[in-house]
Amino acid sequence: MRVAELVMALVLAVFSIYLMWKSTELPIGWLPGEGPGGGAFPFWLSLGMLACCISIIVRWVAKASPPSRSTEPFMTPETVKWFLLVAGSLTAMIALIHVIGVYGAVPLFLVYYVRFLGRHGWATTLTLALCIPVAAFFFFEIALKKTLPKGFTEPLFYPLYDIFL
Amino acid sequence: METFSLLIDGFAIAIEPLNLTLVIAGVTVGLFIGAMPGLGSVNGVAILLPMTFMVPPTSAIIFLAAIYYGAMYGGAISSIMLGIPGASTAVATTFDGRPMALKGMADKALVAAAAASFVGGTISIVLFTLFALPLAGVALAFGPPETFALMVLAFATFIGLAGDDIPKTLFSIFIGLVFSSVGLDIISGEPRLIFGDLSGFYHGINFLVLAIGIYGIGEMLWTIEVSKGGVLMSKATVTFRRVLDSLGELRSSAKTMVMGSFLGYFVGILPAAGATPGSLMAYGVAKSMAKDPGSFGKGNVDGVVAPEAANNAASTGSMLPMLTLGIPGSPTTAILLGGMVIWGLEPGPLVFVNHPDFVWGLIASLYVANLFALLINIGFIPAFIGVLKLPFTVLAPIIFVLCVIGGYVPTQDMHDVWLMLIFGVVGYLMRKLDYPMAPAVLAIVLGPLAEPALRQSLIGSHGDAMIFFERPISGTIMLVAIVLFVLPLTKIVIRLWKRAACTNPR
Repeated sequence: MRVAELVMALVLAVFSIYLMWKSTELPIGWLPGEGPGGGAFPFWLSLGMLACCISIIVRWVAKASPPSRSTEPFMTPETVKWFLLVAGSLTAMIALIHVIGVYGAVPLFLVYYVRFLGRHGWATTLTLALCIPVAAFFFFEIALKKTLPKGFTEPLFYPLYDIFL
Repeated sequence: METFSLLIDGFAIAIEPLNLTLVIAGVTVGLFIGAMPGLGSVNGVAILLPMTFMVPPTSAIIFLAAIYYGAMYGGAISSIMLGIPGASTAVATTFDGRPMALKGMADKALVAAAAASFVGGTISIVLFTLFALPLAGVALAFGPPETFALMVLAFATFIGLAGDDIPKTLFSIFIGLVFSSVGLDIISGEPRLIFGDLSGFYHGINFLVLAIGIYGIGEMLWTIEVSKGGVLMSKATVTFRRVLDSLGELRSSAKTMVMGSFLGYFVGILPAAGATPGSLMAYGVAKSMAKDPGSFGKGNVDGVVAPEAANNAASTGSMLPMLTLGIPGSPTTAILLGGMVIWGLEPGPLVFVNHPDFVWGLIASLYVANLFALLINIGFIPAFIGVLKLPFTVLAPIIFVLCVIGGYVPTQDMHDVWLMLIFGVVGYLMRKLDYPMAPAVLAIVLGPLAEPALRQSLIGSHGDAMIFFERPISGTIMLVAIVLFVLPLTKIVIRLWKRAACTNPR
């Protein structure tokens, strides 16, 4: 926990400096007749972020904040395993949406999560994997008229559009 | 009198078939969301906001407000049955609710929670109705300096509540404000902070992306980590007879209910304070008011009644500054406020003038929602208990899918879905290190309102920052903000001073 506190503060400090640098693409000073330049607001706030990071690091050295005193690990191996499995499968699902679309990626994700992470029976798994995409289709595409990404499966949906829209 | 006739008009809107259906649906959904461990009103409103685009704004806010309301009732259910607060707002309910359930009085605790929620809700809605017009009248006189001063006050209250880790709270506010400035500069129209020249950043970072990332994905990751162990259910027998008996016994708790309602309401009005501190304070006051403070924590029914009355009252209270001043009183109202912007309504006092149907429809719907929440809550207690048995490994993937689709729908851009995932994961890691996340969500909603107010004020005063202190209203607000900001610092100084005095007795 103690190491993680310092690493996080350092990473955020670097990010703050990046934001400050990025803000200077627009004027950060006073423009006569126009007031503060477009970059001023984010620039000074990023400077504030940097100041906070420095103060967090100072408190880390002084062991003033609870995480900087904690001897517990930031993540136990068990937590890391679950975090990677869940966040990983979520990332994979979002990446797959670009290729096979929502109606391909979502059922795959549900099968993976419910069957393999949750260890539920195939009946529960398949019910969820079939019902949720169908419900999503009718709710979002038909009722809300918001098309969801379909990747290369797009042509498969033309007949459905003809029927319902 | 004007208030009364406007309220009647509001009722006409609230009982339209569509709106009435939405109130009932919202309350039911809210009850379930509130009852699930790890999900509270913020999560429900954030995840479901993208789905309200199909109905008019008035119906949309009625639905979301009903969810907010229902979740306040529902939070008590898992606090009592599982001993896990259904939402942070129900933390105080576990203190006595859980011991009552362990003693076999779960039904009594559930009925007490529902009745207290109803009383808290009713008192606060009446107060809300009476205060709304006068406050909006005052707010109409506000110019950019006053608006900016109010924003500063909202952030200052967060710092006042931050406890020990002020730098982390400040960091969270700053980063939210910086993210809100991504996109096209409102005054010069030039692109700003376009990271990696990705075109997705031109439309700015939608607050929903941050809100769903943190309250959807981040919260789920957090709950998966916490809930690995088995969940322990309490047994409850619920019969009509026992419900009536429990209601009868509640007469002795009437004083506590009224106290909790008023306290919760006024704490809820304070920007950024919201229902969680309100309910904790009510619990504390109930304990100090009681004749037998020793029985608190061991299953005293007043310990359930006070926080439940307060958290419902606070949820209504926090909508008052949202509607009248355009600043949110809680993280959930911050999201509702963002929704108002998406629906094309300018938050602030002018809403009362330009969209009276929206405001009064919402207020009247709260009365309706309060009644239905009570009925549905008592009627469905067995069903809620069933839902709590639903395994988390079924619930979590469904919520993840909702988050992904909900993140995509508002802008129809996969860029936002990726951004949401990043916010969720980073938010989860930061939360583990005690970085508070609510201020960042509040800041990204308020940023687009705060920055123009600041810049317009400074243009008007030719760069003189004293404009915020010279005008009477903004000066007063700034003063209060500064006091709130300095208060925790002085507390730290006093503590250090006392510690020094202890170690050096001479």
